[in-house]
Amino acid sequence: MTQNIVEIDNLSFGYKGRMLHQGINMVFPRGKVVAIMGGSGSGKTTLLRLIGGQLKPSKGEVRVDGKVMHKQSREGVYQLRRKMGMMFQHGALFTDLSVFENVAFPMREHTELPESMIHDLVLMKLQAVGLRGAHRLMPTELSGGMARRVALARAIALDPSIIMYDEPFAGLDPISMGVVCSLIRTLNDALGATSIIVSHDVKETFLIADYVYFVANGVVAAEGTPEDLSKSTLPFVHQFVHGDKDGPVPFHYAAGDYKQDLLGVEVKKHQANKRRVA
Amino acid sequence: MERTTIDLWVGIFVALGVAALLGLAMKVGNLTTSNLGATYTVTANFENIGGLKPRAPVKSAGVVVGRVSDIKFDPATFEAVVSLNIDKRDAFPVDTFANIYTAGLLGEQYIGLDAGGDEAKLKNGDRITHTQDAIVLEKMISQFLYSKASESKDDASATSTPSKSTKKADDALGANPLDDLTKPASQ
Amino acid sequence: MIVRSRLRIFRTIGHRFTSRIWRLGAATRLFWLTLISSGESFRRLHLTIREVYFTGVMSLIIIVVSAFFVGMVLALQGYNTLQRYGSSDAIGVLVALALVRELGPVITALLFAGRAGTAITAEIGLMKATEQLSAMEMMAVSPIARVIAPRFWAGVIAMPILATLFSMVGILGGYLVAVPLIGVDAGAFWSQMQANVDWRLDIVNGVIKSLVFGVACTMIALFEGYDAPPTAEGVSRATTRTVVTSSLTVLILDFVLTSFMINV
Repeated sequence: MTQNIVEIDNLSFGYKGRMLHQGINMVFPRGKVVAIMGGSGSGKTTLLRLIGGQLKPSKGEVRVDGKVMHKQSREGVYQLRRKMGMMFQHGALFTDLSVFENVAFPMREHTELPESMIHDLVLMKLQAVGLRGAHRLMPTELSGGMARRVALARAIALDPSIIMYDEPFAGLDPISMGVVCSLIRTLNDALGATSIIVSHDVKETFLIADYVYFVANGVVAAEGTPEDLSKSTLPFVHQFVHGDKDGPVPFHYAAGDYKQDLLGVEVKKHQANKRRVA
Repeated sequence: MERTTIDLWVGIFVALGVAALLGLAMKVGNLTTSNLGATYTVTANFENIGGLKPRAPVKSAGVVVGRVSDIKFDPATFEAVVSLNIDKRDAFPVDTFANIYTAGLLGEQYIGLDAGGDEAKLKNGDRITHTQDAIVLEKMISQFLYSKASESKDDASATSTPSKSTKKADDALGANPLDDLTKPASQ
Repeated sequence: MIVRSRLRIFRTIGHRFTSRIWRLGAATRLFWLTLISSGESFRRLHLTIREVYFTGVMSLIIIVVSAFFVGMVLALQGYNTLQRYGSSDAIGVLVALALVRELGPVITALLFAGRAGTAITAEIGLMKATEQLSAMEMMAVSPIARVIAPRFWAGVIAMPILATLFSMVGILGGYLVAVPLIGVDAGAFWSQMQANVDWRLDIVNGVIKSLVFGVACTMIALFEGYDAPPTAEGVSRATTRTVVTSSLTVLILDFVLTSFMINV
């Protein structure tokens, strides 16, 4: 049994011509809450999908429990995924199933438990997220925060050893955010699991994470405990943590010369186009 | 729970489908009549079958007793060999006459069996020797016109016996062209 | 300039063509995956039964009502023509053959594409857009076995049933117009029909047609949903494409199947 349940080793991934990740190294020790942070579009969610084996890396590898994910057979991948629970950005609850059935879903799929036991287990999971009373509701009747908590209950339904959270705080009101935040920490400790949080909400993430990776431009730009990073003087980290408007992460999307754009070739092209249309 | 009501509805749905299929089979289609049960096959040769098709009914005294199962051309005799599937329960004498009739003026063609008087009955694989070809409308009309033409010639040349020309006209409309077409089955 | 725009036309056409071929290949692959994942969906039959409810039972009303009116119109039109030739007794044959051979399977398939096909596409497209399919994947549950295959088999089961019902109800509609309304003899109506509608060549062939249409329509709807870009616009376009592609496919397949069946 290795000490790190998930290891990412020199991982590169990208779509045709545009590399999203270039040689990323990360380790996720058992029992810890580890956060992956970075700006929008920095490929954080893609990292989760790579860990889950939904995507194959272009180079390098992801090892889960010592097994290289992309070298597993379909059966092997499924075997490893049974140890994982994932909470999606907007919950991704099955809209045609009730709250109860949503949480029962993984149990029904992967176990042969009798109905009475499933009933008890589901209510226990829902109790853990404080929504036992809502088990008859349909997902459309839930608020965003409640849906996220049901998704959390579903993610822990089979007592996974790895729980992944994709943007658990995005779009929640402060109260729900606080609830989800403390749930992640308590559930992780109660289950003895390892949590991987992908987020860009600095305050909440720093509150519960044991270790934080900053991803920018396809590499790990900084890493450390929340305390270290808060004091970090690295320009990128400083900008991210304090939310500065401009810095190493530019305000402007990469573009040509401004003056050129306004007065130069583009204008002529537009006129040419107009002429052609006319 | 909800699952059972869904099961109920799906059950009703499938039952409706089966009922509709049965309805089509019994009420609309000819499953009841086409599957004659046990049959025996006999063949009959015709010089001309007109528009007879496979699966055309075989009737005797107007009752469907079988169906045409196959129509082939025999290159040796230049005749059509028609196979008939006839219900086992309906045994016909060996000297039975097979005619190709038309239902109405333009209707479908079918085979009519006129039972003979022989004691021996037809068996599987036998051949009906007495056959009558289909009436081909064009042939009949051309024959009729031809005899009309020759009749008017007769009228022009010899008007001595008016009764004769009347007889000719009768012939043209009556049995004569048919006789031409219906040489008793060439063997 | 002109040369370049010409080239662009060719490139657009070429691109469209290759993307069609690509999609055809992807659809075939999905079809294959569906077939090999079907075992699981049969082991848990309640999933398939649920989908039969949504695709079949929910389409009943539109099928029955349309069939009724199509049968009535056929009888009216048929009578109008047939009586000129003094063969209004053949109206039962006309209605029955038209329905059993062609209109039953084809109109059912077209209505199915509009009613159930679009629902399937939209549902799967939305499940994809809201990451439900991804979530299933992450729970080590194959969405093809859990979501696609039951819907596929439900469509394949529902379509022949619906088509048979369509034919039967249509004939009843025709009967109502021909016999009580126009005054054709009821005996002649049914006996002419029975004498001329063949079990194997007409009814069974009609059922075979509807089975093929069932496979085609359901698979198109499933593929469009599964392949839809995960956005509101993507799903709405996919839904439209389901109707267009299904309708064309049904009509083309109908021609091909009929030409095979008539030659037999």
